Amino acid sequence: MAAWLQDVEDLTLKGQINVPYTWSVGEVGSRFLVALRDEEKILGNRCPSCNTVYVPPRKNCGSCFKDIDDNQWAELGPEGVVTAFTIVRYDYPLQPAKAPFAYAIIKLDGADVGFVHLIRQGLEKLRNGVRVKALFKEERTGHILDIDSFVLLEA
Amino acid sequence: MEKIAIVGVAQTKYERRKKGEIFYDMVYEVTTKAMEDAGYTLDDIDNVITVSNDFWDGRTISCMAVQEVAGAHDKNVSTVEGDGAFGAFYGAMRVLGGFKTTLVVTHSKGSEGDSKVITNAMFDPVYHRALGLDAISSSALQAQAYMEKYGITEEQCAMVSVKNHGNAKNNPCAQLPMNITVEDVMRSRKIADPLKLLDCSPVSDGAAAIIIADKDSAKKARNTPVWIKGIAHCSDAYFLGDRDLADPRALKDAAARAYAMAGITRPRDEIDVVELYDAFSYMEPLWLEGMGFCNQGDGGRMIEKGISVKGGSLPVNPSGGVLSAHPVLTAGLARIIESTLQLRGEADERQVPGARTALAHGINGPCGQSHCVWILGRE
Ligand SMILES: [Zn+2]
Repeated sequence: MAAWLQDVEDLTLKGQINVPYTWSVGEVGSRFLVALRDEEKILGNRCPSCNTVYVPPRKNCGSCFKDIDDNQWAELGPEGVVTAFTIVRYDYPLQPAKAPFAYAIIKLDGADVGFVHLIRQGLEKLRNGVRVKALFKEERTGHILDIDSFVLLEA
Repeated sequence: MEKIAIVGVAQTKYERRKKGEIFYDMVYEVTTKAMEDAGYTLDDIDNVITVSNDFWDGRTISCMAVQEVAGAHDKNVSTVEGDGAFGAFYGAMRVLGGFKTTLVVTHSKGSEGDSKVITNAMFDPVYHRALGLDAISSSALQAQAYMEKYGITEEQCAMVSVKNHGNAKNNPCAQLPMNITVEDVMRSRKIADPLKLLDCSPVSDGAAAIIIADKDSAKKARNTPVWIKGIAHCSDAYFLGDRDLADPRALKDAAARAYAMAGITRPRDEIDVVELYDAFSYMEPLWLEGMGFCNQGDGGRMIEKGISVKGGSLPVNPSGGVLSAHPVLTAGLARIIESTLQLRGEADERQVPGARTALAHGINGPCGQSHCVWILGRE
């Protein structure tokens, strides 16, 4: 090892990349988010080929590789069943809730795929199979968090 | 498939923080060492694949910054943004496509960015990112779905962590060699149920490289070539809710194709050692099921029976696995490198006696959305 290496002071450089984006959410996504905002409704849509009801809705079905046309919309939930969950014990700035809170995969009534969202309360009663219901925010902006969270329904 | 081989391998020591070394230094280190291992000079390398990720590196087109030190000056060079096992897959395809030798090099420094912020960004911005999901919390959902469905216990998962950290004691490159007990894992800090601290892989820095050669070029190599018998990858749906997280369909498909290519019909009998991507302890039994080493739901019992320990009938992750060092992107290549060393009989204290056929595995995307399976052999 070269002698100078022994007492070199290793410096670091702090930096951050902040890039603003304006993502199009697409026509199908827009209809979904507008329904959350204006009607407190969760919309999905059905693949005409395999009959899978997707939520969030899709413009086409990845497994059939077919278009999902306009008249296949379905109103789902607002209740559903928890099929997987985790109680999160750590905080970091991008989480919309303070730990402990839960993420859950919820099979909304009428849907064939899971919907990922938050559960804030009643964590001790959380089990796969429990029924939950979407709680909408008062102020809605056309965003996935227009659903504040899902709340457990009493058995 | 034409005969192609891995003729040179190199990896850095994996560490929590490589403060004195920049990507450039790490890539140079493993590139030169892989060539030395193969007994090749730069003239023997006719094309290069680099593997990097812009978010982890904190610069766009991150591949461009390491090309000279990857030996790619004035050469055909291409890039894979994903796990190293997939980068190596592309490298193998290039040799099959007519190049004589491909050098594949991966680097990453988990210590320099923020793994939660970076892995949050792998999710769809409209529906999932705003929920704050990251690699840990999404994997915790998969762990819960899997363990609940099949009655896999936290203790069985803890045994994976005990085994792999113990195996790491025999691996000079591993970051976290540890003597721990199931009790230690069970009592470690809760992170996202059912995952506890010792169920999770660490933040790591490291780089790795391999050289893949055609049959004629392999003859010129200094070491015994390790032949690529079968390779395949397959991807599942992007949205977590579209998948059955307890059923690694993509892995089953990739494994079946790799086995078919390698002529393997009874993987449990024909494969001697497995190096798989255990970013979390639950992944080892789940991936073993997907690879067909046991029936679906039997992964926990397979661990409990001690089949996968050093000295067991199917040693899994003798290197210590990803639980003992998780340089993102590099980790899949590290599985291939350990398999290569095992087949060469150069794995020292961790050598699986008489290993002739190995399976190496890498994953990409949330909860193992896609899987890459390698079957390597001495003959
Ligand atoms: Zn369909």
